[in-house]
Amino acid sequence: MSYFLRKIGFYAIALWAALTLNFAIPRMLPGNPVDILLAKLQQRGGAVSPETRKAYALLLGGDDSRPLWTQYWDYLGNMFRGDLGVSVSYYPAPVSEVISQSIPWTVVLVGLSTIIAAVLGVALGAFVGWKPGTWLDSLIPATTLLAAVPYFWLALLLTYLLARVLGWFPMQGGYDVVLTPGWNWEFIASAIQYGFLPALTIVLASIGGWLLGMRNMMVSTLSEDYILTAEAKGLTPRKILRSYASRNAVLPSVAGFALSLGFVVTGSVITEQVFSYPGIGNRLLGAVQNNDYALMQGVFLFITLAVLGANLVVDLLYGVIDPRTRARN
Amino acid sequence: MTNPSNAPAAADNAELLAEAAAETGRAPRSGWRMLLPTMTPWLAVGLILVGGITLFGLIGPLLVGDPTEIRDQGLTAPTGDFILGTTQTGQDVMAQLAYATRGSLQIGFIVGVLATVLSAFFGIYGAYRGRVVDEAFSLFTNVCLVIPGLPLVIVISGFVPRESRGLWTIALVLAITSWAGSARVLRAQTLSVRNRDYVAASQVSGERPWRVIVVEILPNLLPVIASQFVFAVISALLGEAGLSFIGLGASNSSTLGTMLFYAQNGFALPLGAWWWFVPPGLVIALFGMGLALINFSIDEIINPKLKNTRLHRKRARRALRLERELARTGRKVPRQAAPSDEETVR
Repeated sequence: MSYFLRKIGFYAIALWAALTLNFAIPRMLPGNPVDILLAKLQQRGGAVSPETRKAYALLLGGDDSRPLWTQYWDYLGNMFRGDLGVSVSYYPAPVSEVISQSIPWTVVLVGLSTIIAAVLGVALGAFVGWKPGTWLDSLIPATTLLAAVPYFWLALLLTYLLARVLGWFPMQGGYDVVLTPGWNWEFIASAIQYGFLPALTIVLASIGGWLLGMRNMMVSTLSEDYILTAEAKGLTPRKILRSYASRNAVLPSVAGFALSLGFVVTGSVITEQVFSYPGIGNRLLGAVQNNDYALMQGVFLFITLAVLGANLVVDLLYGVIDPRTRARN
Repeated sequence: MTNPSNAPAAADNAELLAEAAAETGRAPRSGWRMLLPTMTPWLAVGLILVGGITLFGLIGPLLVGDPTEIRDQGLTAPTGDFILGTTQTGQDVMAQLAYATRGSLQIGFIVGVLATVLSAFFGIYGAYRGRVVDEAFSLFTNVCLVIPGLPLVIVISGFVPRESRGLWTIALVLAITSWAGSARVLRAQTLSVRNRDYVAASQVSGERPWRVIVVEILPNLLPVIASQFVFAVISALLGEAGLSFIGLGASNSSTLGTMLFYAQNGFALPLGAWWWFVPPGLVIALFGMGLALINFSIDEIINPKLKNTRLHRKRARRALRLERELARTGRKVPRQAAPSDEETVR
């Protein structure tokens, strides 16, 4: 039981660290975000009352009248109430509303393509690592090219080849703009068609890592004594591969799944920019370009929260899958 | 602290080494040489890629013209005059590529060094001190690891005004957000090295902590550190390219990422100017691939099991070749106890 408590405690600390970082960054760095933000707000026709100013100062610093720790306390209170401020670039929508509109796009895109990449990569890796030394295995180092390709460049390349030259897929966007988003088949089909290229980019760019990790673990596992025992017992190679080798070799890949989510989210932030995909990464970049600091911080917090949550779930599951981790320490 | 059971094992090893030497007809490798990777075709490819691109970045800018010169031949496809064509404003893509490669390698190297130093400090020092320091350092490392790096970098770069966003600012930000993974690997390795007898011996003989770390522990971690450095350079190149691509890179430098930024904003994609956006990404990918291939060979030093499978493969192939050769020359392949085998089958 203490394993689970320890894990939950760790992620609570990580969450607190992220919140504090979010509080500290605008206060430590040069520039005066509050003034820029209020100027933008006025341009958009928003009324700048002293309360608005105070709310932004709480979020971004620049309020010298009160001691830092009371600001910090108020900031934490605001965060727990889900009050992330008002977005300037989508004025007068609050930040949380802008985020909740774009979150499903990214979750579906990144989630699905990561799962596809992981399953495919692990299966291929197990297959290749099972017989080290075949011609297939000697091709493994070539997969490093895929791992070293910048996500967004791969996106550009795929768009050029499949969308511009061959014309199979649309170049930009998340769905056909003449349709209204909703749960009808027409819209979903359009979303799948538009999402195919971004998903393909993420799968191609991240599959190499899975394949390589699984292959190396397979090779290490094959020299374990219990594999030899299984062979000596006369079990069929298929059974050894499925029930003995793969199941033990896959453990690090499962543990790495959550961490890799962070990297994939990172990569997809820029990929979304290439495709003008209406996800959260696109919002983040839009916020940066428009100096919409409140939205910027909100998106960062939200991404961090999502990654931490995914990590927590995988860690807790891992404790169930591999009892050794619970016994350790 | 003698361990009698080690003696026969050592003898065994010596025998094996001698056997291996007899097999290849070469002297066994000395201890120091064991730390260096063995030459494989893939390693050669990696070294050529990394060496070639580094040379291109170092010497290339001296050989090409002014990358910013604007001509009235916009968007010409690759020709004799311009090997890689021109941009929308008639700038020579080849010249830009040479300067950009230099810029990218520079930032990749700086970040690689900074991140490795950070990870060595938090990974090795923490694990060596143990107890509270180790707990605190590893908690800090793990927290830094789970907070997604690039969104953080984007937020930080978003707050820093454009004019004060120099090369070193970006390098520092990238290093701070990318060291944690290596630190965790180094910590695990240090924990296993720390408890060995010779480390205990040097502690007992009154060596100071930094000397124990540098002289006794560090040499054992060199392959791991080297591989982590290579990873750090790859991720720095990718991170910088991504940051520059969205217009948040260092303001006064030209890198492969800024090239891609201008290509994207100059509508290279809708205009079909593949020669503008393909080369920069290809350089990043090939350089990263070269580094990763070098890392493969370093991995074989860290994890000898991987090396064994390769040697195994080599031996199997040689046996096959030999067998085929013998069959061709008409001599019977010597099989052990072949007749008795046949008898038992009957």
